[in-house]
Amino acid sequence: MTAEAADLEVAKLSKFRDPRYRAIFYQIVVIALFILFVAYVSHNTAVNLEKRGIASGFGFLSQPSGFGIGIVLLMDYSSQTSTHLDVLIIGIINTLAVSISGIFFATLIGFIFGVLRLSKNWVVNKIAAVYIEVVRNIPLLVQLMFWYFAVLSVLPLVGDSISIGDNFFINNRGMNFPAIIPSDGFWLIPVALLVAIVASVMISKWASKRQDLTGQIFPVFWTSLGLIIILPVIASFIMGGPFTISYPEFGRFSINGGWSLEPEFLALLLGLAIYTGAFIAEIVRSGINSVSHGQTEAAHSLGIRGSFTMRLVILPQALRVIVPPLTSQYPNLTKNSSLATAIGYADITAIFAGTSLNQTGQAIEVILITMVFYLSISLLISMFMNWYNKRIALVER
Amino acid sequence: MAIVKTQRHADMPPPVSQTGVIGWMRENLFSSPLNILLTVVSVYVVWWALSAIVSYAFINANFVGETRADCTGSGACWVFIKARWGQIMYGFYPVEERWRVDVGYVLAAIGLFLVLSDFVKNKKWPAIYTFVVVPIVCYFLFYGGSFGLPVVETSQWGGLFLTLVLASVSIFVALPLGIVLALGRRSTMPIVRMLCVGFIELIRGVPLITVLFMASVMLPLFLPEGVNFDKLIRALVGMSLFSAAYMAEVVRGGLQAIGKGQTEAASSLGLGYWQSMGLIVLPQALKISIPSIVNTFIGLFKDTTLVLIIGLLDLLSIVKAGTTDKEWVGMATEGYVFVAAVFWGFCFGMSRYSIWLENKLHTGHKR
Repeated sequence: MTAEAADLEVAKLSKFRDPRYRAIFYQIVVIALFILFVAYVSHNTAVNLEKRGIASGFGFLSQPSGFGIGIVLLMDYSSQTSTHLDVLIIGIINTLAVSISGIFFATLIGFIFGVLRLSKNWVVNKIAAVYIEVVRNIPLLVQLMFWYFAVLSVLPLVGDSISIGDNFFINNRGMNFPAIIPSDGFWLIPVALLVAIVASVMISKWASKRQDLTGQIFPVFWTSLGLIIILPVIASFIMGGPFTISYPEFGRFSINGGWSLEPEFLALLLGLAIYTGAFIAEIVRSGINSVSHGQTEAAHSLGIRGSFTMRLVILPQALRVIVPPLTSQYPNLTKNSSLATAIGYADITAIFAGTSLNQTGQAIEVILITMVFYLSISLLISMFMNWYNKRIALVER
Repeated sequence: MAIVKTQRHADMPPPVSQTGVIGWMRENLFSSPLNILLTVVSVYVVWWALSAIVSYAFINANFVGETRADCTGSGACWVFIKARWGQIMYGFYPVEERWRVDVGYVLAAIGLFLVLSDFVKNKKWPAIYTFVVVPIVCYFLFYGGSFGLPVVETSQWGGLFLTLVLASVSIFVALPLGIVLALGRRSTMPIVRMLCVGFIELIRGVPLITVLFMASVMLPLFLPEGVNFDKLIRALVGMSLFSAAYMAEVVRGGLQAIGKGQTEAASSLGLGYWQSMGLIVLPQALKISIPSIVNTFIGLFKDTTLVLIIGLLDLLSIVKAGTTDKEWVGMATEGYVFVAAVFWGFCFGMSRYSIWLENKLHTGHKR
């Protein structure tokens, strides 16, 4: 009895032995250390900045940039009048352009090779395996340099362009192909396309509801495809063909007219799509493999044909496994697009965190803005993919 | 008259068309018209690719010579790699001191072999040798400045040597830091947890380049006047912090796989937090996450090429510098193919090791 009382006494005496108090104590220590660290760093930074005569703040964004940029999309840019803010916007546009097209092609390549990797045909299977194992084990930067310096730079000069048909040229300055130049009344075509897409979505909803009620199947795919093709065609007839097609033509030193893609963009797109595609292929393969073979057998025993088994039984279940790791590949691709710096594509890292930083010396602000941009892109993509994931996730009772 | 056999008839051989090579080919290559088409097309593609590669890399390639003038074939000119071999391997490390790097390689290779292979069961002494003795010895060997070895500044380090140094030092720092971050992220103290989550998510949300930029541009601003690291250390700080965040997530995965019962059992035996983590939870968690740790290391190894952008002369950038040499115009393909082959060898080896390890560690789940 007395011993227990003594124990209680001891426990009461040393508060430090109580995990709750100890946790609070540790956290106070951690916070104090953190604040000290931040204060120390910011003091040093302030001193250093003052010594170098750099004023902090975001005023530099409105100063003229004074350097040229190779690739400018959707904007007017001149080295005299444009500011660092314009540089930032161009960088963001270029990063988004290459990331979005990269995500599209990487997913395409990934799904194709992931399915090929599961093919029963031994040769096809091994081709896919070799692609995946070779590409995944070579650094992306090496691949980008290979595409840019070893493949695209040794293509023929403009004068000896490789031509496919008469209107499609490949040379060491990139790729040229016919362009559609909109004229008055062009607006109706995108509007028609939008209407077609909205109508398709509504039709597919209506059709699945009708199938649930009556069991009748409506050919949604063909109807939507027809709408999406026919409506814009009708629109362009109504407006009397509101566009002209500009074909690339040989000038004295270069190819004029048409659209062109720069080799930097092509190299980056090729590198990103092929590299990320290999990772996605592996994800797709393991996802489809994770659906047990019993599902296929059950579907076959119900008389469902091969392609329908894949589409209606295997893929919906495989997607549940595929989507979460796929979610992390898209931000990865966007972040990897920052390697553009090495081959001179004008993305945000190359022109803003590179050239603008060197010109203004505003290291902290520039790096901060760049990081916030990448962070918000990562966040946006994962939010979208989480939403999609929730939609396809298993609904359990 | 009925014919009655008194003996059992000998077994017929299985039909030729369903077993052996022919059966396998029928099953795997020619099972349907579509499959036949696929096989023919892909065999043609393989033949076309293989013959192009072999004739480029071997048949039409040049292996002997000293200068650009010896590149006479239409294929690859491996003379370029041969002529720059010393630089590609050691960078600008002085020629007469390169034995030091080789000795370091041998010491590290012995240690790694003992730790990673199956031949030694008790890993305590090999581990102490590899993770304590070798790094210290290697520091004095590579940098010099004592024991009568002349100093070799880090600006002279380069090539494959620098790549290996970057990768090994980063992993050496990142693993313990990652474990601490993972423990912090799972801590019950909200402030510790918040700081760890913030750090991990911030680093994982931005590209490595921006972290390297930060390390090379902002680190000098953060430090008091006069204190300055060299470029290599700045890159190492960036790489280590970056991989620590990824390592933390891998370790967290391992920690989550260990049931709560383990911690509770440890507490009921009277073990404190650090004891129960160090003796009970972490050994199990790390064991199951070893394959993922190896995979993270492969990623880190590939990412070392990014130091090219902040101006260090690793394997890739020294080859790139070589391809811009006026004496060796048009060697880009050879250079990058060589770099790709070296990286592929290392990474493929490591990924096979990780698969082997995974199979070895999956005891009891598979029959």
